Amino acid sequence: MEKLEPEVALGRSFEKVNAILEKHGYDSTNLIAILQEIQEEYRYLPEEILTYVATALRVSPAYVYGVATFYAQFSLKPKGKHIIRVCDGTACHVKGSEKVLKAVREYLGLREGENTTPDLLFTVETVACIGACALAPALMVDEEVHGLMDEEKVQKLLESYMEREEGGEASDGLQGQKGA
Amino acid sequence: MVFRDRKALEERIQELKARYTGKRRVLVCGGLGCLAKGAQAVFEKFQEVLAREGLDWTVERGDGHGSTPQLVRTGCMGLCEAGPLVTIEPSGILYLRVHPEDVEDIVETTLKNGRIVEHLVYREEQNGRVQQWPFMKDVPFYRRQVKIVLRNCGSIDPENLDEYLARDGYLALARALTEMSPDDVIGEVMKAGLRGRGGGGFPTGRKWQFARMVKADRKYIVCNGDEGDPGAFMDRSVMEGDPHSVIEGMAIAGYAIGASEGYIYVRAEYPLAVKRLRKAIQDAYQAGLLGENILGTGFCFDVRIKEGAGAFVCGEETALIASIEGKRGMPNPRPPYPAQKGLFGKPTVINNVETLVNVPAIILYGAEWFRSFGTATSPGTKTFALAGKIQNTGLVEVPMGITLRELIFDVGGGIQNGKRFKAVQIGGPSGGCLTEHHLDLPVDYDSLCGAGAIMGSGGLIVLDEDTCIVEVARFFMSFTQSESCGKCVPCREGTKHMLNILQKIVDGKATLEDLALLEETALVVKDASLCGLGKTAPNPVLTTLRYFRDEYIDHVVHRVCPAQVCQAMREFWIDPEKCRACGKCARVCPVSCISGRPKVPYVIDQAKCIKCGSCFEACPFDAIVIKWRRKGNA
Repeated sequence: MEKLEPEVALGRSFEKVNAILEKHGYDSTNLIAILQEIQEEYRYLPEEILTYVATALRVSPAYVYGVATFYAQFSLKPKGKHIIRVCDGTACHVKGSEKVLKAVREYLGLREGENTTPDLLFTVETVACIGACALAPALMVDEEVHGLMDEEKVQKLLESYMEREEGGEASDGLQGQKGA
Repeated sequence: MVFRDRKALEERIQELKARYTGKRRVLVCGGLGCLAKGAQAVFEKFQEVLAREGLDWTVERGDGHGSTPQLVRTGCMGLCEAGPLVTIEPSGILYLRVHPEDVEDIVETTLKNGRIVEHLVYREEQNGRVQQWPFMKDVPFYRRQVKIVLRNCGSIDPENLDEYLARDGYLALARALTEMSPDDVIGEVMKAGLRGRGGGGFPTGRKWQFARMVKADRKYIVCNGDEGDPGAFMDRSVMEGDPHSVIEGMAIAGYAIGASEGYIYVRAEYPLAVKRLRKAIQDAYQAGLLGENILGTGFCFDVRIKEGAGAFVCGEETALIASIEGKRGMPNPRPPYPAQKGLFGKPTVINNVETLVNVPAIILYGAEWFRSFGTATSPGTKTFALAGKIQNTGLVEVPMGITLRELIFDVGGGIQNGKRFKAVQIGGPSGGCLTEHHLDLPVDYDSLCGAGAIMGSGGLIVLDEDTCIVEVARFFMSFTQSESCGKCVPCREGTKHMLNILQKIVDGKATLEDLALLEETALVVKDASLCGLGKTAPNPVLTTLRYFRDEYIDHVVHRVCPAQVCQAMREFWIDPEKCRACGKCARVCPVSCISGRPKVPYVIDQAKCIKCGSCFEACPFDAIVIKWRRKGNA
């Protein structure tokens, strides 16, 4: 998990931020898109980078910070590799999205107030409607939609992700006790 | 190819019509619902089987050979409930719940032998007899629908400009640019009586006229695709299923008001819509239908996409403008209206996706034709996303003026699992809950407003007897509260207090004074908030208080939840017959309200119990019973 500490990230790929800024013409009206791309790169918005972006765009750090904290999509804390978005739109809500959320959190062993697993593999969020009301209750893992969820399906789904992770890059030693 | 003028475009359209219309086509729904149910595997199976059978599926081969099927992945066909959906053209056979295993059968039976695969068609039991409808147009779900906005959605490949052109795509733009003055275009839209489909219902033509009259060096058209209402997915389906119609509508609007730039603002949660729109924009530029000197008329129009970043308030015009400018998406007081001073301080027209998609149809077929649908004050159609406890969850388009009963029971197929209808929430968190008594209310802007609801963007959530109305009101309030941007006090503080009171009611801790305060606060927030979010946030509370007051009273006075949803309205009892006096329950009880001695059944002190359910989970003998409080047995 130390791999994602800002100073390390900064040292490694500062030029990536520059490339993103360049692409958007150092134009502050593109700030949201710039932050989106930075978040894509780092999985969150490191504070140092926000300050750097502000200087580069000739706006105050408060302005950039204000935008970064306004929109639900942005995170100032590191997010997991996979983002699980449990839909809590109306259709999903009346069909039991709370149980789905509880099942996801329980499976990942998240404590109250915690949204990201310590190994930085998963972040759990709730979103208001992903537009898959016919499949309520639904959730998204990254960009993939999974519908008609229940406790059992949640377990199977997350197990499959865990297996993939373990099969793939088991070398980074991030997998913990939760596989079983 | 680049279309240098209208004639070139028209010739190409004729050519493409010959290629696509009336041809044998296999359409596989690529809408989100069907994709999540496995439509991709069905599509791939069709590819494999058609290739193996020598029924080559490529469009190029299909040209000139009427019998060779073309395989197409379309946008949403609407009946998401029964996906993955497959349609066979030209006859219009609709197959439901198609799995890859069924593909061989469809190819063999339908494509080769022209017969219907019986077990895949729509069937419904009526009076003990099973009725089935193999053709899409006859299926009850589709029978009442009129498709203007969704004219191409579900019948063309959204990533193929040719297919859009084959359906007279960009012909409306060509006609506007070559035959009509900007004032003619505005006049036609005014005559059609098109009203904003985002919810407010403001006449589109008038909005355009305001922006046209302002003199400025630059003007903007903004397409509002920030569909944030939980439970609404109409705009998403259109952007994903027919992206060119959005672009064409914007270009016509741009011509009408004198704008040469347009922005499409799309929610971050809709990655597929963004992808399809990007492709469509790129294709339109390559064909000379966007950019400089469109169709040789001198008209220039550029379209860019701006992705939102997750803020419901950005659906509000002025907040949306702030967001496009790269700022916090907070609303500003109006006037000045965006039509005078909008994006980057320039006159700006902001139209909803659905509104803009209506425009090419109006230009092509005329205001008279458009007015032949719907009612006098609300002409045309409206798309709805039916969801909740309804049989046919999905996307529909119906003429305005249809009654809620027809919409929910005829089109939507009624309530799931034979339950009783309780209420319908229309217009999302800004709308209201309507009851059984409103079922015969015509769906148009004015009738809904009169009943305390709004048309909204088209989310329609059906609630059955198992849904607690108070809990639903709390749910909507928690949504608007967390989405309140915090700029104005009534909305920021008011929604918070309303949510607290609703939480108290749901937790069984509220009094009648709380209820009165809730109502008072709701009225203040409605009157005093700065923007549409705050002004409409109290609607769910106000309408449920108006139509379901007894259910609030049940919660507050009797501590009863008639729908058996609110956990605090339960009671835990120990069945003395089953209790073995092991004491496990007493040990886990966090408030020590269970007492007992060895060999004597334990007892729960109801006054101290916090209904946490720990004892229920701990008991190894299933001796703990949950009883829902009922009126009278308190």
